[in-house]
Amino acid sequence: MSQTITIDPVTRLEGHGKITIQLNGQGEVENAHFHVTQVRGFERFSEGRPFYEMPSLMARICGICPVSHLIASAKACEAIMSVRIPHTAAQLRRLLNLAQMVQSHALSFFYLASPDLLLGMESDPKLRNILGVAAAKPELGRAGIALRRIGQSIIELLGDKRVHPGWVVPGGVTEPLSPEKRDKILAMLPEAYSSVGLALGAYKQIAGTFQPEIEVFANFPSNYMSLISEEESIDLTDGALRLIDATGKIIEDGITASRYTEVIGEAVENYSYTKFAYYKPLGYPDGSYRVGPLARLNIVKSMGTPKAEKELTEFKQLATGPVSSSFHYHHARLVEMLYGIEKIEEILADSRILDKHVRATAGVNRLEGAGQAEAPRGVLHHHYKVDENGKITWANLVIATGQNNNAMNRGVLQAARHYVKDGKFTEGVLNRVEAVVRTFDPCLSCSTHAFGQMPLVISLLSADGEVVDRVARD
Amino acid sequence: MSKLKLATVWLDGCSGCHMSFLDMDERLLELAEVVDVVYSPIVDTKEFPDEVDIALVEGAVASVDDEKKIKKIRDHSKMLIAMGDCAITGNVPAMRNPIGPEAILDRAYIQNASAQAQIPCVVVPKLLKVVRPIHEFVKVDVFLPGCPPSADTFHTALTALVNGGPLDISALTRFGA
Repeated sequence: MSQTITIDPVTRLEGHGKITIQLNGQGEVENAHFHVTQVRGFERFSEGRPFYEMPSLMARICGICPVSHLIASAKACEAIMSVRIPHTAAQLRRLLNLAQMVQSHALSFFYLASPDLLLGMESDPKLRNILGVAAAKPELGRAGIALRRIGQSIIELLGDKRVHPGWVVPGGVTEPLSPEKRDKILAMLPEAYSSVGLALGAYKQIAGTFQPEIEVFANFPSNYMSLISEEESIDLTDGALRLIDATGKIIEDGITASRYTEVIGEAVENYSYTKFAYYKPLGYPDGSYRVGPLARLNIVKSMGTPKAEKELTEFKQLATGPVSSSFHYHHARLVEMLYGIEKIEEILADSRILDKHVRATAGVNRLEGAGQAEAPRGVLHHHYKVDENGKITWANLVIATGQNNNAMNRGVLQAARHYVKDGKFTEGVLNRVEAVVRTFDPCLSCSTHAFGQMPLVISLLSADGEVVDRVARD
Repeated sequence: MSKLKLATVWLDGCSGCHMSFLDMDERLLELAEVVDVVYSPIVDTKEFPDEVDIALVEGAVASVDDEKKIKKIRDHSKMLIAMGDCAITGNVPAMRNPIGPEAILDRAYIQNASAQAQIPCVVVPKLLKVVRPIHEFVKVDVFLPGCPPSADTFHTALTALVNGGPLDISALTRFGA
């Protein structure tokens, strides 16, 4: 008789998902799925709205990475307006996006993942959270809170609000940066450097003890996609798309926002509200690829800032060719946080950042536009069509989490096959399966799912799939 | 004094209210001295506890699962706080109401798909015809407006509730801000 193990909800995740693991009569794992269980319909209900409303509306897709949606959306609007935004506006947006990456990576690493890493995969579930980390490792807990606070405070200084700032608009930003605010941001950076240094040191010390997890946490060859600058450096805000294969060979390059449909397709599986993006020429699922910190560090040739450059060199030594275990997303995230702080400092050192000209204006000059930007968890695409009055007639979004969807599902299956033996499993085993998803830092904030069910339910199914018995575990 | 049991839940929202809750930063550690976070996306509890003192709920009720959840939360919580505009008015999630779930699903999974176009139906919950705020399903004790409410609003409200003092957040909140 077959069984289904259900993990519901997957916790310490940005949004609610659910994992099901199907066992056959011998207790072997047959299949496993990661389900995203909510859909909101932004693509459809934005129809009829004026295009200049899009950044503020689309930011509400996500409270964790609203800045990436603001930027990708504003860029799509600017393609419709056919304007080039002032240099300072572009740099200010870059600052905002870097600050978001710092806060979001701090959330992912410290608040969500570090309980597994610092307290242990099998540690007491009641304490396995950020407050437990702060109690057991006060210095690291406080470093995590500080990094998130600093990222959020920079966003607030620039955009007046920590979550959903209204500062980014089609054409640029609404207000220039004052010298006082610049100095306040600069004053935060020493604490940011020391906090991320502490985290990198602690992570490198313990990473070796997770070799068994590194082996089976979504560890397989795949393609990778990210934005990259003309100098082949990391670029979260501008730049063009590059796709590499499992050996590191470039298979697409220089793909600008308006061309994303040439390379990216989206498939639907019946078990998830999140679609599955794939590289079109290879089809689905062969064309699946990974995005986010691991993909970015696998793709870029340099970080462009001295401290992060050293860390990149060390990171690339983890493998010959692209680093393939998703466990290393954690490491990549820390390197990127360091880069973010350095880059913020570099941008603020240029006095042009205080220039008062930060917004271009125009009406509708084209009936279609697309924009792309790197969200902390991977590249994001917004694509709109409008009528001559600027009313949205059609929209499509390809989000980071959809692009990692196939890899997350494969990773869950890989770990479940490794850890669930003879139909036996412990809480720690199930936590490891969840921890595979956490490495990707998926953003399912438009996603939430069932409780009102038992935390773990084993359903016994007859051969035709009928539920014949259900057993709940405490 | 035993610690108050605090739960935080999100239904159909963007998590921005939860992010604003976390924006209390170091004040979270002080809060943890007087409350236990017994259920939340940031802790590993899988089932909503039987007895919760304060439940903070983000988001509107949009699916059959959300409806089950909000009823369960109400049944097991002494005080239920609607946190943010989506929980209070439906806000952005309710923008789909004039369109209906069929057209939303058709656009996302049939028209805007390039392979295996189909409407997901396995494990995922059915959408309600109309997205509604939580007070249309259960009694709400406190409303904290904002998109999202600020960290200071959370801190002021929770401090007052923990100390049993008067709760006046009118100067700190407004819809949309």
